[in-house]
Amino acid sequence: MLAISIEALIKIALLMGGLMTAAAYFVLLERWIAAWVQDRKGPNRVGIPFTKIKLFGLGQPLADGLKFIFKEEHTPRHVDKILFTLAPISILSAALAVYACIPFGSVLPKGAIPGVDHQIELIAAPGIDVGMIYIFALSSIAVYGVILGGWASNSKYSLLGGLRSSAQLIAYELPMGLSIIGVVLLSGSLRLEDVIGSQASSGMWNAFAQPLGFVIFVVASFAEAARLPFDLPEAEQELVGGYHTEYSGMRLIVYLIAEFLHMITASFLIVILFLGGWHLWGITGSTNEVTWFQAIARIVVLNVKIFGVIVFFMMIRWSWPRFRFDQLMSLAWKVMLPLGLVNLVAVACFVEYEAPLKAKLGVLGLTAAMWGLSLLAWIAAGILAPLHTDNSARKDEFVLAAEDRNLGLRSHV
Amino acid sequence: MKPDDPKVKWVEEPKLGLAGKMYLPALIQGLAVTTKHLFAPKMTVSFPEQRPEIGNPLIYRGVHRLNKDEQGRVKCVACFLCATACPAHCIDIIAAPSPWPDRDKYCESFTIDELRCIFCGMCEEACPVDAVELTSLFDLTGRSREEMIFDKEKLLSVYDMTKDAEPMKSASLGGAP
Repeated sequence: MLAISIEALIKIALLMGGLMTAAAYFVLLERWIAAWVQDRKGPNRVGIPFTKIKLFGLGQPLADGLKFIFKEEHTPRHVDKILFTLAPISILSAALAVYACIPFGSVLPKGAIPGVDHQIELIAAPGIDVGMIYIFALSSIAVYGVILGGWASNSKYSLLGGLRSSAQLIAYELPMGLSIIGVVLLSGSLRLEDVIGSQASSGMWNAFAQPLGFVIFVVASFAEAARLPFDLPEAEQELVGGYHTEYSGMRLIVYLIAEFLHMITASFLIVILFLGGWHLWGITGSTNEVTWFQAIARIVVLNVKIFGVIVFFMMIRWSWPRFRFDQLMSLAWKVMLPLGLVNLVAVACFVEYEAPLKAKLGVLGLTAAMWGLSLLAWIAAGILAPLHTDNSARKDEFVLAAEDRNLGLRSHV
Repeated sequence: MKPDDPKVKWVEEPKLGLAGKMYLPALIQGLAVTTKHLFAPKMTVSFPEQRPEIGNPLIYRGVHRLNKDEQGRVKCVACFLCATACPAHCIDIIAAPSPWPDRDKYCESFTIDELRCIFCGMCEEACPVDAVELTSLFDLTGRSREEMIFDKEKLLSVYDMTKDAEPMKSASLGGAP
């Protein structure tokens, strides 16, 4: 019992330390990529304190952290103080608790640590059978943090921002759930370890088997993490600000860390559910009988994939303009949701009739059929769904209004 | 202006084609553009180590200077045109009868509050004797507010500092030397 607790505590410490450092350094990476895309150099000044050594600006997160510690913690007088403090705490704790069920590697070889007779799995809470439900339930709690923050701020900008963000988060939860059901059907388990295991043993990543589900999941996780092009929770240029308009100092940074953690979680899930997790053909193997080389290779492969997805997240930020809110909603309800249903039905048929179809078409033919169906559904969505909603002033209405005005004027004269 | 005015040109938004509605081709286009810029040469000037290049110092609007004539006296005749033209009211002149026979007045004190100055160059335009000019010095810093209020001596010392690098503009622009 004691040994298991110590093991879990070590894993939690590793995860928390790694995640917090990663969040800080991903802020730096984001600023770098932003600068490079705009032909600038980005942060390159802060190095080792009290020396002239610059270290490519790698000391920047440390300086940012110090700045935040010394920043004034201001609570506006008109807020609900308890909820105002509780909101960022709830969002951060939910964002961190998700990692209990997310594997950050595979397993260590047997007898890796003397005195431990079982195999050590690199996940904080191994063997939870409802892992995936737990993860998505907890990541939905972000909605509470957002709406509590907006409500407790007692300001109309924050309240509207909170409502806007929660509407967005809830809308994108549905297509995300639909695309996950496809994965669950295909791998037959709600445990992320098993999802990776099934992809590794068949060698066929879920992204190849169900491209539509992959795209829907990626788009929905962009929206869930409130990243561009869906960052309406804080569209700092066009809108006054979102649910955290009234926040400052440490509470604001807690919100921002939670936002970055959402992005990291989203990349973990994209990689684990659709891109094979730690699996790479010919290197990592597929069973739990691992050598030290394989165990380390699996961790490296997983992290490199996650890093790639995060860089993709950051590149998208500078590649695409932000959605308008009505476009965002129409994309969720009129495009993603029907596409998710199509994907679900297709995967269900795939699982149900796999054996006879495989005999007739072969594995490649089956995959090609899935891809063809996805493409067809996509084109149909492009043609049928009104993605482009026009809200410019209509000319005829405008003319009528002007005539009314003129008539009124004349009657006055 | 009425909406049915023939001068009003109504522009319709272009309709999205299938590729635009399907998002993915446009996404790939956008990603290609940003990726190209990711590796493009950077344009940042790392300022203290690397001085930015100023195109033409004669038309750059940096710190002011008060020009001297060939006898080393201040050129200003205390006509107050610069102070009148200044939109930020940052020029303060105290005039006194000139000790020299060739002009009536000279400036006993001439201060420019560089903190208020917006570097519009109107003083330079207004000056009939080309006494006040803007140089190409751009890194204007000080440790206190008082230090940023430039008096006559300081403005004349800016002239001594910059006269070799930047000749008086009046000469090059065809005015009186």
